[in-house]
Amino acid sequence: MDRRGFLKGAAAGAAALATKTPAQAQEVHARPAAPLPSGRALAAETAPVSAAVEVLTADRPGSDFMLDVLKHLGFEYICANPGSSFRALHESIINYGGNRSPELITCCHEEQSVAMADGYAKIEGKPLAVMAHSTVGLQHAAMAIYNAYAGRGPVFLILGNTIDVAARRPGVEWYHSAQDAAAMVRDYSKWDDLPISLTHFAESAVRAYKISMTPPMGPVVLVADSDLQETPVAPDQHLRIPKFTPASPPAGDAAAVAAAAKMLVAAENPVVLADRAVRTEEGRKLLVELAETLQAPVVGGKFPSRHPLSQGGGRGLIGNADVILALEVPDLWGTINNVRDQLHRTTTSLTKPDAKIISVSAEDLYLKSNYQDFQRYPEVDLAIAADAEATLPYLIEACKRLLTGDRKRAFEDRGKKLADAHRQGIERARTEATYGWDSSPISTARMSAEIWEVIKDKDWSLVNGPASRLWDIDKVYRTSTGGGAAGVGYGAPASVGGALANRKYGRFSVSIQNDGDLMYGPGSFWTAAHHRIPLLAVMHNNRAYHQEVMHIQRMANRHQRGIGNAGIGTTITDPNIDYAALVRAMGVHGEGPITNPNDLGPAIRRAAEVVSKGEPALVDVVTQPR
Amino acid sequence: MRLFLLAAIAFSLGAQTPAGDAKHGKQLFESYGCYQCHGHDAHGGAGARLAPNPIPFAAFSRYVRRPTGEMPPYTAKVVSERDLDDIYAFLGTIPAPPPVKSIPILNH
Repeated sequence: MDRRGFLKGAAAGAAALATKTPAQAQEVHARPAAPLPSGRALAAETAPVSAAVEVLTADRPGSDFMLDVLKHLGFEYICANPGSSFRALHESIINYGGNRSPELITCCHEEQSVAMADGYAKIEGKPLAVMAHSTVGLQHAAMAIYNAYAGRGPVFLILGNTIDVAARRPGVEWYHSAQDAAAMVRDYSKWDDLPISLTHFAESAVRAYKISMTPPMGPVVLVADSDLQETPVAPDQHLRIPKFTPASPPAGDAAAVAAAAKMLVAAENPVVLADRAVRTEEGRKLLVELAETLQAPVVGGKFPSRHPLSQGGGRGLIGNADVILALEVPDLWGTINNVRDQLHRTTTSLTKPDAKIISVSAEDLYLKSNYQDFQRYPEVDLAIAADAEATLPYLIEACKRLLTGDRKRAFEDRGKKLADAHRQGIERARTEATYGWDSSPISTARMSAEIWEVIKDKDWSLVNGPASRLWDIDKVYRTSTGGGAAGVGYGAPASVGGALANRKYGRFSVSIQNDGDLMYGPGSFWTAAHHRIPLLAVMHNNRAYHQEVMHIQRMANRHQRGIGNAGIGTTITDPNIDYAALVRAMGVHGEGPITNPNDLGPAIRRAAEVVSKGEPALVDVVTQPR
Repeated sequence: MRLFLLAAIAFSLGAQTPAGDAKHGKQLFESYGCYQCHGHDAHGGAGARLAPNPIPFAAFSRYVRRPTGEMPPYTAKVVSERDLDDIYAFLGTIPAPPPVKSIPILNH
C-alpha cells in the first residue's frame, strides 16, 4: 500500500472520499503511483476535509524507520544544527530512539558538525552522522566536507530536503529545497543518493556507509526527503534493512609486493615514508614490524616517536636513499622535490638520480578531476594500487622470505647507526627547545614542554595540532592529522569531535588551538560545555593569521615596498581577543592570556584538573609567531 | 691546509663586522618583521635560528640581500646598510640559552 492509500485508509476511507468532489476523487485515483506524494499535498488536494476524519497524528513516521537504519549502522552520535527540513528525523532521534545511539549533539554551525565528525573519525576509525539542510546547511558545511574528502575521512551526511513542490510550505521551505541537493559537494564527496522510498533509503544508507568506510575513505551524502520522513509507515508495509558487510580493503598484488620486497631487502639506504600508512593500532604494529625487519628508518605517520628507527630530518634521509617506500603519501611529488617560492619558482629533486621509488596507495584506485587535491604526478618505479595497511602483512612476509645471513648482519649495522642518529636527534630537539625558553611571547617549544609535563602520565590523545618530537607517541590515538585540505576553521570543531570519541575510553584529550582557527567557529566550545566533552585546549595565540603575514611579507619584499603594512588584513590585534573570557561566556573554564612563561605550567595544571573532572578548559597562551 | 683556509675566511669575514646600534637593531628586528619567521629573540621558528652566535656579518648580509632559500629578499631599497648593521648588532646581544640540564621538564 502506498502512502496515499494508507492515509486514505486511516481517515476512514469511504467517509473521507465522500467529502471530495468527483474531480478531486478522480485525481486521487488517477495518480496512485506518484513518486513522492505527501500527507500535506494530499490534504491540500482533498480539502475541505472534515475535522472529524482529518488525520492529525501518526504513530510511526518514516523518520522512525530512518532512525532504525542509523541504529543498524551503529552510529554513536549525530551532529546537527537544528533545521526544519529534518524535523521529523530530529524528533525520532530524541523520542523514538531515546536520544541514544545515536545521541544528538547540538552544534552551532554545520561546518562545525562536519569537522566534528571528521575529528571523531580520526580517533574512532568510523563515521558519525551529521544532519543539515540541503541548501543553507550544506553550504555552511561545504568546506568541512572538502577537508574530510581531501583527508580521506569518512563522514555520513544526511540532508533534509523537500523534493515535491506540492509538499512544500510557501516561503522558507522553498529556499531550503534543491532539485539535486548533493550536486554542490559531488566533486568532493565519495557518493550520494536521493532515496524516494524508505526501502530505497535503507539500501542507500547501508551502501553509503560501506563506500564511506572503504579505503580511500571519504564523506558520503544521503538526502532524506522531508515528506518521506513525515509520512507514516503503513501497518502492512514490509521494510527491511540490508545487512552491512564492510568491504575488506584491497591489498597489493602478490607479484608487485614481491618486487617491492626485493628492492627493499637489497637496498643499502632505504627509507619508509609513513604519512597516512596506518589507521589502526594493528597497522601501527605492522609498520613497526616492517621497519624492524628491514632496520629501515621511518619518517612521519604514526610510527612510535621513541623507537630507534623513528627519524626526523626526512630530507636528509630522502637525499641519501637508494630505495624510498612511500606508504599512502598524499603529496609524494612534493615530498621528494623542493619548490622554491621566489619570483621564478625553481624545482630541485631531493632524491639521488638512481633512487628507486615504490608507492603503495589507495589513491591510485579513486580520483576525481575538478578539485586538485591529488597533487602533482609523482614519477615512481613501482606503483602498488592498494591500501598500505592491508598490504603490510604481505610485504613483511615477502621481505622475510628474502632475508639472508649477510643481509641480516648489514641490517643490524644499519640499525645501530640509525639508533645513534635517533638519540642524537632527540638531544638536538631538547637543546633547540632551550632557545627562547624564557621569552615572552612564549616559545612554542616551551609551550609543548609544559603541556607534556602535564599529560605525560595520563592516557593522552592530541586531537588537534602538532606533537613535539620530545613526546612519547606510542599509540595510534596519540595524534590526529589536521584538516585534509588545509581549510582554516577545522581545529576547534575537529578537536571537540576527537575528544568526543575519546570520552568513552577515559582518555585525556588535548589540543593545540590556533587563534585564527578558533574565530571561525568558537561555538564548538559551547558544544563541548553543553555535552560535557572533556578537552584541554592550549592556545597557540600569535595574534595573527601568521601564514598570511609571511605571504604578504614575501610579496612586499619582492616588490621592494617594505613590509610595514604586512599586518593590514592579516593580524588579529587592536583589540586583542580575550579567548579565556570568550570560552568562559560559553561555560568553559578559561585561563589567560598567559604571557609570562613561568605562569604557563600552573595554568595548564589548573585547566587539566577541570578536564579530569569531565569538562572542557582552555588556556590562552600568547606565543611567538611559530 | 683546510683548517687554515677556514680560519682565514672566518678572520676575513669577522674583520668586516660593523659596529651597529643594538638597541635600534632590536626595534628594527620588530618593525622589519624579522621576528615573524625567526622569533622575537631570533631563536628561530619558520625561519632559521639567528642567535646566539650569529653567522659572520658578510654571510649574513649576503643572505639577507640575495637569499638562496625560502627567505624573501630584503634589498637595500627596503633595509639600508646601516639598519642591517644595527640588526646584526642586536643579534650579537642575544644571550646563550640555559643548559638543558637546568630545565627539569626537558629531561623527562
